[in-house]
Amino acid sequence: MGYIEFLAEHGARLANGAVVTAEQTVLAALLAVAIAVVMGLMRLSGNFAVRGLSTVYIEIFRGTSLLVQLYWIFFVLPLFGLSLEKFTAGFVAVGMNLGAYGAEVVRGAIQSVPRGQYEAALALNMSPMTRMRRIIFPQAILIMLPPWGNLFIELLKGTALVALISVTDLMFAAKQINGSTFLSIESFGTALIIYYVIARILISPSMRSLERFMIRKMGRA
Amino acid sequence: MFDWRWDFVIEIMPRLLWATLNTLMAAGIGYGIALVLGLVFALAQRTPYKPVTMVVREFVEFIRSTPLVLQIFFVFFVGPQFGIRLSPWTSGMIAIGLHYASYLSEVYRGGLDAVPKGQWEACKALNLSAQRTYFRIIIPQALPASLPGMGNYFIGIFKDTPMLSVIGVAELMQTANALGSETYRFLEPYTLVGVIFLTISLPTAAGLRAFEAWVRRSLGMTR
Repeated sequence: MGYIEFLAEHGARLANGAVVTAEQTVLAALLAVAIAVVMGLMRLSGNFAVRGLSTVYIEIFRGTSLLVQLYWIFFVLPLFGLSLEKFTAGFVAVGMNLGAYGAEVVRGAIQSVPRGQYEAALALNMSPMTRMRRIIFPQAILIMLPPWGNLFIELLKGTALVALISVTDLMFAAKQINGSTFLSIESFGTALIIYYVIARILISPSMRSLERFMIRKMGRA
Repeated sequence: MFDWRWDFVIEIMPRLLWATLNTLMAAGIGYGIALVLGLVFALAQRTPYKPVTMVVREFVEFIRSTPLVLQIFFVFFVGPQFGIRLSPWTSGMIAIGLHYASYLSEVYRGGLDAVPKGQWEACKALNLSAQRTYFRIIIPQALPASLPGMGNYFIGIFKDTPMLSVIGVAELMQTANALGSETYRFLEPYTLVGVIFLTISLPTAAGLRAFEAWVRRSLGMTR
C-alpha cells in the first residue's frame, strides 16, 4: 500500500487525533501559566508558610515523572473521592507538571529584573502590588518568554502521554492505526511529523512573534 | 490516610525496589549512550561541511520537538516491519539514548560556544593539532559551562524511564502497573513509585550541584 492510500484511509483519524492533542496542549498551557505565575510569586513571598507550600509543590512535581503524576491523578485520586474524566485528568496532569517548571522560570525572571527597578518603585512610594503589576512583572515577562517557548514544546510532548489513559489524541490514533495495519513507519512516522510541525511551525514562530511584540510594547525595539 | 495499608506496602516493597534497580540501570545505560552520541552530534555540527551541519541540526531539532513515547514506539515497532526484532530493552535504550543525545548536543554546543574565541586562535597560533586543541584546551573550559545542563538531563532521563513501560520494560512503572492489576490496589503502588522517584531525584540534584561547585573549584574557576 502506498503512502497516499495510507493517508487517504487513515488521515482523518490522525487529523482528529491532532485536534485533541491541540486542545490538550492549549488547556494544559493555560493551566501551566496560571500555576507558574501563582507558584512563582509564592516562591518569592516573605511568608515562610507560603514560600514553603510552593517549594513543596515545585519539588514534588519536578522530582517525579509526568507519567507517574498522570497515573496518580487518574487512578488514585478517585480513591479520595475526586474522579476526573480522562480528558480532564490528561490536561490537568500535564498542566500541573509543566506549571512547576514554569514556576521556576517565573521566579528566575522576576529575580533578574534589575534591583534599581525595585528601588525606583519604592522611591515613588508605590504599593507592593502596583510595583509588581506595573513595574516588575512586565519586565519579567520579557525575560521569561524565551524559556516559555521551550516549556510549551515540552508541554506539547507531554500531552502524548495522555494516550496512555486512553485520551484519543494523536499518539493514541497512531497506536491504534499501527495495531490494525502493522504499518509502523507510516502511522508513527506521520504522527512524529505532525508533532514536529505543531512544535516548529505553530509554537516556536508564535512565541518569537510574541517576543517581538513585547519588545516593541516595552519600547525596547 | 484513606485505606492506606502498611502490610501491603511491606509486601510489595521488595518487588518495587528490584524494579528500581532496573530503572536506575535503564537511566545509566541511556545516559551513557546519550553522553557519547551527544558529543558526536555536537561535533558533527562544527565540521566545515555545511550540508552535514544542516542535516544534523535538523535531525536534533526533530528529535527534540517530538514526544519520547512516540519515538520509543517507533523504534520498537519499525524494526519488525523490516524483519529486525529488537527487544524492549534494546529499543528503549536506543530511543532514550537518541532523545537525550539531542538534548546533550545542545548543552555541549552551548559549552563550546562559551569558550572565548581567543582560545581557538591561540591554539591555531601554537599549531596544536585538532585533537590537542579539543582535549587539552577547549573541552576543559567548555565542561564547567556544560555541567549544569548535563546534570539536569541526567535527572531528566531518570524521570523519563517510566515511559519504557509502554513497550514492556520491567522498570518501576511497569511493576506498579502489574501490582495494581494483580491486586486491584493502585493507591500504594503508584504512591510508592512517586516517593521512590522523589527520594532518588532530590538528593541526586543536590549532589550534582555540589559536584559542579567542586569541578569549578578544582579547575580554578570562581563564581
